[in-house]
Amino acid sequence: MKQPLDQTRAPIFEALERFRKMRVVPFDVPGHKRGRGNPELTALLGENCMQMDVNSMKPLDNLCHPVSVIREAEELAAAAFGAASAFLMVGGTTSAVQSMVLSTVQRGDEIILPRNVHRSVMGALVLCGATPVYVNPACDSRLGIPLGMRREDVAEAIRRHPKAKAVLVNNPTYYGICSDLRGIVEMAHQNGMLCLADEAHGTHFYFGEGLPASAMAAGADMAAVSMHKSGGSLTQSSLLLAGPAVAPGYVRQIINLTQTTSASYLLLSSLDISRRNLALRGRQAFAGVVRLAEYAREEINRIGGYYAYSRELVNGDSIFDFDVTKLSVHTLDIGLAGIEVYDFLRDEYDIQIEFGDLGNILAYLSIGDRERDVERLVSALAEVRRRFGRPKTGLMSQEYIEPEVAVTPQDAFYAEKESLPLRESEGRVCSEFVMCYPPGIPILAPGERITKRILDYILYAKSKGCSMTGPEDPEIGRLNVLKEV
Amino acid sequence: MEFWFSEEQTPHVKLSIRVDRQLYSGKSEFQRIDVFSSPEFGRFLTLDGYMMLTEKDEFIYHEMITHVPMAVHPNVRDVLVIGAGDGGVIRELAQYPEIRRIDMVEIDPLVVEVCKKYLPQTACRLDDPRLDIHYEDGLKFVRSCEDRYDLIIVDSTDPFGPGEGLFTREFYGNCYKALREDGVMVNQHESPFYDQDATACQRAHKRIVESFPISRVYQAHIPTYPSGHWLFGFASKRYHPLKDLDEVRWNLRNLSCRYYTTTLHKGAFYLPAYVEELLKEVEG
Repeated sequence: MKQPLDQTRAPIFEALERFRKMRVVPFDVPGHKRGRGNPELTALLGENCMQMDVNSMKPLDNLCHPVSVIREAEELAAAAFGAASAFLMVGGTTSAVQSMVLSTVQRGDEIILPRNVHRSVMGALVLCGATPVYVNPACDSRLGIPLGMRREDVAEAIRRHPKAKAVLVNNPTYYGICSDLRGIVEMAHQNGMLCLADEAHGTHFYFGEGLPASAMAAGADMAAVSMHKSGGSLTQSSLLLAGPAVAPGYVRQIINLTQTTSASYLLLSSLDISRRNLALRGRQAFAGVVRLAEYAREEINRIGGYYAYSRELVNGDSIFDFDVTKLSVHTLDIGLAGIEVYDFLRDEYDIQIEFGDLGNILAYLSIGDRERDVERLVSALAEVRRRFGRPKTGLMSQEYIEPEVAVTPQDAFYAEKESLPLRESEGRVCSEFVMCYPPGIPILAPGERITKRILDYILYAKSKGCSMTGPEDPEIGRLNVLKEV
Repeated sequence: MEFWFSEEQTPHVKLSIRVDRQLYSGKSEFQRIDVFSSPEFGRFLTLDGYMMLTEKDEFIYHEMITHVPMAVHPNVRDVLVIGAGDGGVIRELAQYPEIRRIDMVEIDPLVVEVCKKYLPQTACRLDDPRLDIHYEDGLKFVRSCEDRYDLIIVDSTDPFGPGEGLFTREFYGNCYKALREDGVMVNQHESPFYDQDATACQRAHKRIVESFPISRVYQAHIPTYPSGHWLFGFASKRYHPLKDLDEVRWNLRNLSCRYYTTTLHKGAFYLPAYVEELLKEVEG
């Protein structure tokens, strides 16, 4: 039997340390040569940081084809996350999600997914030409947030599309809602499909106690894990995990189609060190995050008007579980849209939270938070209510708008198109994305029919100050639609 | 033997005080606490290496942060004191018989314990029957208070460390809410002199101006604080610190002060030109 791997090791970081001590003379890239060629940047980032920004080479391995220290780091990561294989990613979780989808489906294939997927999934479908089969995520009418997928709805989608190759699940959603991942994995496998998990917001599931099931524990085949969100690594670093049914060599080929050949060692070592930290101290650290989140919820609910929700929402199906580290707060009862509270917190109180949508805000708590900062957040929310609260009238909450997929995302994206003023685009097929960012979930995706409800929603969200992205026209005054034949 | 305590008042300026001996050193959940005795300043308390008070000059700070509002507000019954674990503010407040309740909110119980043991000069009235000490975060305590106090005294540390939350807009807003309709808030307002202190001073002023209809700043000379020139904030819902000063009433009390007089009270609000400018810049 193989020895359990030593999680106190950090092979990439250790190799970088060894390399630094060798004082190798660099006649290779990067051209800043340990920072000497760019003193201003070195003053900003520090010498340590610049010395670690080196090129792939034999003693440091190569992310495109790992054989030594990167491979060891990936094996350690796989063991820490309970996966058969793990891939260090440097193009964000977007690249992890896209590699996961591209490894699984291709042109002509179907993939079953909830409509509230991240834009990166839709991007992958544009790239590979697969057809999305949407499962309507249930919607909580009071909170106006999309929930998880009901088992019955997934079963129905599988029945109607028996040839689909995979089912993709958000674990959890941005708001912390989990579907019955184990149940869905079982259904997918029984029907010869793979189960993929977007775990951009679920890194801590692998280490915390009493948290929802992680994808690997639930038997999913692949998972994209944002180490840089709750895991503490540097922005843009991420992990792709795979179970035993997935061939790692093929996944590596897919990753290499789009991933850089100059992977940053800052990102790689941050993944290595963060994995070590989580493996050694994650349980205790996330217990602290849960305590802080529970405390914040209690205090926020005491203010009155706000609703910081949690496990009480769990209904065994569309809300199978709730990630208690997520501090999601419903704001409509103080008469303010979430996005307005989000802006007040930043403009009036110097507090930046993760996002505000029409009816909710989300404050992201992590292993770096301090009690005193939570006190500030709670006090500022109390002040926002006292100073800006108003009667609840005329506020719109988000609703699920069922998309009508007219053509595949790829066909729509590359089709001949024309630009129309927003209001005149009703009834036409959209060729681009429209989303509120964050959370970055598409309101419209390429290939979907534009309806009056969708247009009303876009105009309302714009008027409330939501940051809208996607279309070619940055003002979102016009939309590209397919030319009618 | 040379034994000196040095504080970096800026990265390029130090204040050093010769020390006889160290009376106490300990670490709480929040900070490192030290008490020294010195030939020039008597005993002194430092938190995380920053000077909090010396026996020789603490009277200036404590008299100025307490008697200025007490000489203006005609009827102070309920007082909230944030910080002030050394007991100096309480010692001054305890001289006013009309005060019926003092809530003191100090985050660090060890500071109070250490001061009671080593600094009786300031901690001498912490047994006043009107006093309730609450060991919690000041920001948290004041959040749930509404229309409850006539006077709030914010005796905070610097805004870099555990005292950070006491220099925020949400804190001043919460204080406004916690005060009665004619309430007054006085706060330790940092120094206008060195850059980093001046920035903190300006930010605090900006946030107080946004939170209270009346907001004025006054000064005192405190030798052991950076630059020796220190400011206090007077924020109020109704009373003006000069127009509503009742000199006769205060002087009839016959309190013995070594720094504060009602004449000095008036002078303290006349600030150097550069300070006026610094403050005006953020008054908008």
